[in-house]
Amino acid sequence: MKKLMRIVLGALALLLLTPAGARAEELDVNAYIFGHISDAYEWHITTVGGHHISIPLPIIVRSKTTGWHAFSSSHLAHGEPWDGFTYDENGKVAEIQPDGTLVRPLDLSFTKNALGLLINGLILILLVLGTARWYRRHDGLKEAPRGLPGVMEMIIMMIEDDVIKPCVGEDYRRYSPYLLTAFFFILINNLMGIFPFFPGGANTTGNIAVTFCMAIFTFLAVNLFGNKHYWKDILWPEVPTWLKVPLPLMPLIEIIGMFTKPFSLMVRLFANMLAGHIMLLGVIAVVFLTAELGAALNGGLGVLSVVFGVFMDVLELLVSFIQAYVFTMLSSVFIGMSRQHPQHE
Amino acid sequence: MSLITPDFGLIFWMTLIFAIVFFIVAKFGFPVITGMAGKRADKIAEGLRKAEEAEKQFEELSTRCELMLKETKEKQAAILKEASAQSEQIVAKAKLQAQDEAAKLIENARAQIQAEREGVMRELRREVASISVSIAEKVVRKELSSDQAQKDYLNTLVDEVRKIERQS
Repeated sequence: MKKLMRIVLGALALLLLTPAGARAEELDVNAYIFGHISDAYEWHITTVGGHHISIPLPIIVRSKTTGWHAFSSSHLAHGEPWDGFTYDENGKVAEIQPDGTLVRPLDLSFTKNALGLLINGLILILLVLGTARWYRRHDGLKEAPRGLPGVMEMIIMMIEDDVIKPCVGEDYRRYSPYLLTAFFFILINNLMGIFPFFPGGANTTGNIAVTFCMAIFTFLAVNLFGNKHYWKDILWPEVPTWLKVPLPLMPLIEIIGMFTKPFSLMVRLFANMLAGHIMLLGVIAVVFLTAELGAALNGGLGVLSVVFGVFMDVLELLVSFIQAYVFTMLSSVFIGMSRQHPQHE
Repeated sequence: MSLITPDFGLIFWMTLIFAIVFFIVAKFGFPVITGMAGKRADKIAEGLRKAEEAEKQFEELSTRCELMLKETKEKQAAILKEASAQSEQIVAKAKLQAQDEAAKLIENARAQIQAEREGVMRELRREVASISVSIAEKVVRKELSSDQAQKDYLNTLVDEVRKIERQS
């Protein structure tokens, strides 16, 4: 308790020092929050004394008229157009037409989120292959791994035994690599998303494109390998005939259901992570918003925001795990439903 | 950038990155781990099953052992009982035999004693007879030492012979 008080007082003292600098510029909360949660063509790390430190990323676009273009985003950083391209009002790369209007080209830029995904993917590969390497070097039947491989094995077996095995059913082995990959991919991206410094901080799982892809993968896993019974349940479910014959009411609902399941997966993960990030950023923004209200109020609210920030961060840790778990569990359930055998013939 | 409309570029990169990660991890990572962990779990389950079996076997064995011990004790008791009975019988028989033997011995001894006594008596009689003859000889010799006496004696003898002739 004494230690906690010391930390809080220390934070207070630090906050009393900040207002002078913070007051200098007006904070645009909208820009601040959306700047953190949305994708970008460069990875902004920090600003020191008005000078932006960021990692420029490649912009790759295909114009309908001039073909492929690839250049560094640092060329567009200062607002001037480059190679006939500039940012439009949404902050996206657009081609300047001869008449002065802006047209969006096909945009395959390697953005901040793409780099984040790549880094997190590499972390995942290192973690999993590192664990697998332990098994290649040791006799897994004689000893159990300790340290990182032990933790990985524990989580992997927890997901496989408690989620995949009961939800998918008998041939779970076929799906467990995908489901495990999805779980760890989401978990690592979630955790890296709440980590505030460079390799983390990219809001990947809070981006709808990412969760859209994850949902599509599950959709494919469910529907590509669905058995006869699954398709019969969709196209000719066991309901009174008048619900299917003149008007295919039930089949229609079932077909809509095919798409709402992955849609719910997509929105759930996206909305949870995005909301968590916005909450966290909002709590932190209190410090800067109250800078104008005087040192005492700013300090008091600053301490409050730090306390809430810690709370939100811890909550986000929990949510990171829960969302990865829920995504994996629901994917398993959907896959299991597509492979069910009829209970009565 | 748009919040709720997916960007095609990011979809492209996400698909590519996820596909590569999935390929590597699903081929070289997870199957190795889950396979080995599953094997280990199987081995542990097997070990537990075996331990239980062994315990059951041990229990069975121990009950059998106990049963055997009990049986043996019973047998031992029975044997002891039988042995004691037999020994008693033997002793009784021996006693009987000994009594018989003793009786026989005593009988023999008695017979012997009888025979010896008879012998001794005979000897004694003979001795007494010879002693009395010699005494009589001495007496007769003393009495017939004078002529008168010899005459008297002859007279008595003649009288006696006469008496016997008269009677007949």
